[in-house]
Amino acid sequence: MREGEKDPGLYDFRPYRGRPALAWPGGKQVAVWVSPNIEFYELDPPTNPHRKSWPKPHPDVVGYGHRDHGNRVGHWRLAEAMTRHGFPGSVSLSVAMCQHLPEVVADANARGWEFFSHGIYNTRYSYGMDERQERALIEDSIRTVREATGQTIKGWLAPALTHTPRTLDLIAEYGLSYTCDLYHDDQLGEVHVKQGRLISMPYSLEVNDHYGFFVYNMSPREYADTLIRQYQRLADEGGTVMCIPLHAYLIGQPHRIRAFEAVLKHIAADGRAWITRSGDIADHYMQQVAV
Amino acid sequence: MSLDPSYLDYPRRGRGMDHDFYRYSNMFERAPIHWPGGAKVAIAIVVNLEWFPILPNDAPFRAPGHMATPYPDYRHYTSREYGTRVGFYRLLDAFASVGAQVSVATNAAIAERYPQIIADILAGGHEIVAHSTDMNGAIATGLPEDAERALIAQALDTIAAVAGTRPTGWMSIARSQSFNTPRLLAEAGLGYMCDWVNDELPYRFHTAGGDLVNVPINHELSDRQIITVQQNSADSYVEQMQDAYRLLADEAERFGGRMLPLNVTPYVLGLPYRIGAFEQLLTWLADQPGAAFLTTGAIAQVLHDSA
Repeated sequence: MREGEKDPGLYDFRPYRGRPALAWPGGKQVAVWVSPNIEFYELDPPTNPHRKSWPKPHPDVVGYGHRDHGNRVGHWRLAEAMTRHGFPGSVSLSVAMCQHLPEVVADANARGWEFFSHGIYNTRYSYGMDERQERALIEDSIRTVREATGQTIKGWLAPALTHTPRTLDLIAEYGLSYTCDLYHDDQLGEVHVKQGRLISMPYSLEVNDHYGFFVYNMSPREYADTLIRQYQRLADEGGTVMCIPLHAYLIGQPHRIRAFEAVLKHIAADGRAWITRSGDIADHYMQQVAV
Repeated sequence: MSLDPSYLDYPRRGRGMDHDFYRYSNMFERAPIHWPGGAKVAIAIVVNLEWFPILPNDAPFRAPGHMATPYPDYRHYTSREYGTRVGFYRLLDAFASVGAQVSVATNAAIAERYPQIIADILAGGHEIVAHSTDMNGAIATGLPEDAERALIAQALDTIAAVAGTRPTGWMSIARSQSFNTPRLLAEAGLGYMCDWVNDELPYRFHTAGGDLVNVPINHELSDRQIITVQQNSADSYVEQMQDAYRLLADEAERFGGRMLPLNVTPYVLGLPYRIGAFEQLLTWLADQPGAAFLTTGAIAQVLHDSA
């Protein structure tokens, strides 16, 4: 990015109207990827001067326990539902999960899910890192996921959405192909970086389960209805990407998972969706569209 | 300005949790749990019965539901009292109509001020869970250990003096604890607590003062979360609890006993325009084959017995 300028210069302006059509494999209208955040939050993390880890003094018992539910209970419920309806996951991973709870990571890997980095812990923020520290974070992510799963990460979602002006240039330099941190489009597009090629992968805050339940205060069924409307519209328009970003500690709760499962059933039955993983979407796009 | 190099040190990055309170456990791979009477889904109703002094205390934090306007906040003081005088009795009648035994997480100040309520709770066959002193009795790191120990003792002693029995369970205000709390609760002789929401079944918690059981009373399923925070209707709350029940009943067929926690608040669900929906939920739950209303004490006992 152009640090210190009013326009960070992340990408070119390209209006939605009049773009060349983008074809998905098999003539599908919309690429759908489901993104479970598999996260580890620390009970007593060190302080980052730019952001508090927990709203309460440590231990924040409810905040921590709520997240931990995802790994003990929610993941297993969500993963079963996704597998049942033929949806692979593209995991935004706190890579320290590979050390703490490798059974969760191994389960996702065995289901054919893709991993990309969401930092070491969701309680360690990039704010304030110098270049050496940020390189260490990226190198740790690549090495840790490779050792635990055999996969080479292709994507990045900044830990707790904390960035530095350097992040996008660095991940491109390390050979990653997509970022999930930019929210300017329903289609893929090029991101300006110093070297290499970086694609913006449509993720979503608006239909993120966290926003659904705690920003818009939706009931589980209202959230499910929101996802179906989002899907219907993006499938109608075509050439689009729909991400369903989830947290097992939210969507995997007993009063929510069934309503969500109905969404998966709806999308799978509709027939217009390329149900896939974020890395496959990025690969397809980069092959189809020259820089 | 760069971060201190220690920010990239990860001293607890290794197998398991990053603390010693409990071990990781996948709920779907545990030995099946068997509830008394062979129930499939234990419905754990926990009512929070609270007294909010009109002079709120902000150390370590102001409890949820506490005074909100400049002094004197008649609005919130009396609205909370409404729950205790009126709403709670609607709830007691609703429980009696379906034969449910429940747990009442009770501020000691309720026992001190309104011993009649304690007698009515016990006459209904319900359990009293200790719930601090009053709504100024919040716990968090920063509260000195001696003060926290004294607060726990005062809460237990006061309830024991009025109720005639000492509670075996504890729920903190807003489920908030210090690092010392689990140990202090174990040292005070308590058998279980309800504060950690990371699971849907009781599990063992380890402290230097001995082990205790955590019975997770999921805040996500509470009326305060769904109705007060998320502003969903009472009808939506009922539908959400029914959806949760159906899922848990199906899981119980494959994985063993499940638990549905209903954490309810007299000044929320006890209002005239909401209580009817809650009564319908209780009737629906009572009609489900394999459902049983169990107190949190009975639920914790299942784990104690299997030790």
